[in-house]
Amino acid sequence: MLKLNHLSKSYVAGTPVLRDITLEVSERGVTAIIGASGTGKSTLIRCINRLVEPTAGEILFEGADLATLNGRSLRHARRHIGMVFQEYNLVERLTVMENLLSGRLGYVSAWRAWRRKFPPEDIRRAYELLDVVGLAGFALQRADALSGGQRQRVGIARAVMQEPTLLLADEPTSSLDPKTAVEIMELLAGIARSRGIPVLVNMHDVELAKRFADRIIGMAGGALVFDGPAAELDDAMLTTIYGGQGWIQ
Amino acid sequence: MIVVAIVLSIQTVEVIPEFLADAPEQVADLLTRMWPLDFAYYPDTVHAALMETIHIASLGTLLALVLAMPVGILAAHNLVPSTPVNLVAKLILVSSRSVNSLVWALLFVGIFGPGALAGTLAIAFRSIGFVGKLFGEALEEAQPGPIEALSAAGAPWASRMTFGYWPQVKPAFWSIALFRWDINVRESAVLGLVGAGGIGMALDSALNLFQWTRVAVILLAIFAVVIIAEVVVTQVRRRMI
Repeated sequence: MLKLNHLSKSYVAGTPVLRDITLEVSERGVTAIIGASGTGKSTLIRCINRLVEPTAGEILFEGADLATLNGRSLRHARRHIGMVFQEYNLVERLTVMENLLSGRLGYVSAWRAWRRKFPPEDIRRAYELLDVVGLAGFALQRADALSGGQRQRVGIARAVMQEPTLLLADEPTSSLDPKTAVEIMELLAGIARSRGIPVLVNMHDVELAKRFADRIIGMAGGALVFDGPAAELDDAMLTTIYGGQGWIQ
Repeated sequence: MIVVAIVLSIQTVEVIPEFLADAPEQVADLLTRMWPLDFAYYPDTVHAALMETIHIASLGTLLALVLAMPVGILAAHNLVPSTPVNLVAKLILVSSRSVNSLVWALLFVGIFGPGALAGTLAIAFRSIGFVGKLFGEALEEAQPGPIEALSAAGAPWASRMTFGYWPQVKPAFWSIALFRWDINVRESAVLGLVGAGGIGMALDSALNLFQWTRVAVILLAIFAVVIIAEVVVTQVRRRMI
């Protein structure tokens, strides 16, 4: 499914943010990447779909090495990878429906998209997905009229519109209150289950990760330090991942 | 310091004391000669010239918008991440702005002969710099987040433009277009002085023939049109943005 081979990234030469990451994500379900702020979680997840250019290594996905793709072939590969962002990244001045349909821009020509001539099938699925994420009736509202939790639901629905075979989520709950964060994680876990796709989520909230993730990957200093089920994540391991002990009760 | 500056300035402009003392009398004389206004002259010549002026301004603005958009895009570093290209685009915009519309008009009158075509092109070429600069800056201020999301979905360049950038810069774009049209209505009124069509040509001939009553009518007509343009722009902006 997805296999990272010796992936490295340095924004400044000589100070790597990611150090030789080798990782395989094939099972359906939620995989959480946890670690302290600034440890390279976001960089790792953004390297997978090349929003950030890796310095070295391979990104094997659906039989191709994404690290070597360019232009059209990269765009076509990206269509199969949905992405959810911390700041939602909706087009604020467009409606909820238009934001959902923007998930189809990799499939629909720019000219058709400009005239809003999306295939009826896409529009039908968009309405279905609005139902799934609990925003039925919001289709014609402008995105900037929504609350944070509602925006993130639109962000998730947009990603699912792509019919992805892999879903990435970069700190999807970090801008939300604890209750909404749980709801968003429930939604992501539900999508992983119902669609049978792997969801790779990046987060710093350990409790949330333990509650929803089938598998947890711990990062420290740009390297993988833990990989296993939530039950194996003990206090000693958490100290390795985050450093210090005072914060563990 | 300020006194020295004022004294130096007065010496430079070479004020002739007799003329200065004479000025109030001359103004009074001019106003008397303008009265009564020759309104009969309006339907004759002024109206057609006034309409031509508005057409020059509108068509010139439209042409400028079409020509300025690609240059504005090339000037925006987030859209075209190549500093040499950005610099060339900015050079085009600066050269458009550094030439006054009257000078552009002289140039186009030389190429196309006198008339509205020269005026329209002068307005357009003067406006490219203004519109392109502000449009390019609006593009550079667009939020990168939504664009990133569209890239992640595999959207091609044209779709990122129409779905990501355009909704973000649309209010700025219309605001720039209206503002420039407002300016162009005023600018196109004087273009006729160099033969580039519009009401300025009527003003020029009336001035040359010392027909002060007609000059007054023309000035009043320009004043009225500028006010109407102002009102139209304010109303449209309120409704649209």
